[in-house]
Amino acid sequence: MIEFKCHVGVGPIVEGTALVANDNFSARYDLDRLKGIFSRPQHALAGQSYKDRILVLNTAKGGVASAWMLYEMKSRGIAPRAILFNAANTILIQGAAHADMTMCDRFEDGDVTQLFRTGDQLRVDPEAGIVVILNRS
Amino acid sequence: MLAGEMGEAKRWAIDHQIKVGRAFDAEDLVPVSQAHMMADPESVGEAGVAFMERLADSGARVAIPMITDPRGVDLNYYSPLGQTEEMADLDRRTIAACARMGILMTNTCINYQTIMPPVLGDHVAYGDTGVVIYSNSVCGARSNFEGGPSALAAGLTGRTPRYGLHLDENRRGTRRYVVQQQPRELTDWGVLGAVIGRLAGTYWEVPVIEGIEKVPTSDELKHMGAAMASYGSTPLFHIIGITPEASTLRDVAADNLATREITAADLDALRSNFGRKGDTIDVVVFGAPQLSLVEMQMVADLIAGKTVVKPLLVCTSPQVYADATRMKFVETIEEAGGKVLEGTCFYNQYAREIGEANGWTRLLSNSAKIVNILGGYGYEPALASMEACVASAIAGEIV
Repeated sequence: MIEFKCHVGVGPIVEGTALVANDNFSARYDLDRLKGIFSRPQHALAGQSYKDRILVLNTAKGGVASAWMLYEMKSRGIAPRAILFNAANTILIQGAAHADMTMCDRFEDGDVTQLFRTGDQLRVDPEAGIVVILNRS
Repeated sequence: MLAGEMGEAKRWAIDHQIKVGRAFDAEDLVPVSQAHMMADPESVGEAGVAFMERLADSGARVAIPMITDPRGVDLNYYSPLGQTEEMADLDRRTIAACARMGILMTNTCINYQTIMPPVLGDHVAYGDTGVVIYSNSVCGARSNFEGGPSALAAGLTGRTPRYGLHLDENRRGTRRYVVQQQPRELTDWGVLGAVIGRLAGTYWEVPVIEGIEKVPTSDELKHMGAAMASYGSTPLFHIIGITPEASTLRDVAADNLATREITAADLDALRSNFGRKGDTIDVVVFGAPQLSLVEMQMVADLIAGKTVVKPLLVCTSPQVYADATRMKFVETIEEAGGKVLEGTCFYNQYAREIGEANGWTRLLSNSAKIVNILGGYGYEPALASMEACVASAIAGEIV
């Protein structure tokens, strides 16, 4: 197991499979929230499903709407299990807090999109600020 | 409050604020004079509306003046756009729940032009990234991007966690840009904002801008800020000698902060992503941000006595709509075949569904913000000046 330290985040402890890209995130700009896929053609994860994945992305961008949208996505069961950022913005942290979705950022060991690989099995403990790779892809 | 002695709504609100505050190392809460909430039904959804109804049912009442961002449905004009009764009902329920909580349904993202602009040093809890960046930068107010739930929490408690842009140290410039080509009309200002936002890149960078040779108008700064926030998640910029916290560079940054020139090539590169002359168009949209009264007059003057052959939608606030009706700008635009929507903004009124219902893919706008957003909604957006947008709606292609 490899352990990484990050800032205290929000949400419950979760485990899941990482989906990693050196790109950014906006629930309004980037997603087809009904299908549960990245829909913006220019996005590095375009066409891929985010349902129940632990997304690992650079930063949050764009609009305020993402805060309500995380809650709505979670209520329909088509949502990421967690999101890890290099730097979240306020909207995503607020939205995750309201949705009870796990979210962490500010990793001590460098670029989060390099620390993890798509397919890694991760355990995220936001209260402790620790992410563990349970199985490396 | 946290124990629930002041009601369930305030218990939820303070619990939410403590969670958010911990994630951002806030030491305490700061009183705020106003809150502004994005609560359009597309983003709120059934779950969010039901949540607000539960708060209202519990007797929730806001503690400070609280206003709202554009709605998702113009209840006087939604079927013709392909919007459904279900969408309208969600909006009606949101309005009813908000009204019961004492929220003022202003339905605007230009409150700094029409309602009660914040003042220098004023701590507020605003939603809508365009509202926040304008209020921080041009007014000198202090707000983070407050998502809907957090803005609502601030309205209920009258305060917000003290982090981010509420703190002096986070308002210092971190990136320095020198503008080489002067913006001329509104879209130029939006493109400049988009380029700087994209370069700055995160919420935690504060662009310092030099080289602007005239004092911009409120509408010009509105377009620049909205685009910067859209492309960069940027909540604050300073223009040296113009915005209130930056009389000189030293007020906001060290003299030796490295500079990056914004060249004509940078601006052209951004524009090149969004259409070219001769492209066909399906619809022309003005919005994002909603149009001021001055912009409404500009559109009316450009379109008076002509006829559009493509749908042309104009989004403005209820406050401006009333004046624009009285001054016959609405009548002029609609006589030419356009439609003025009241209290909405195109991108947050189910843009994907509207596009599918009407077969709209190629959308033309003068808003650098909206063309950034709508790529994710199945559109092929194009960008042109207001004058060219109106001429294109008349010609049926980008002129």
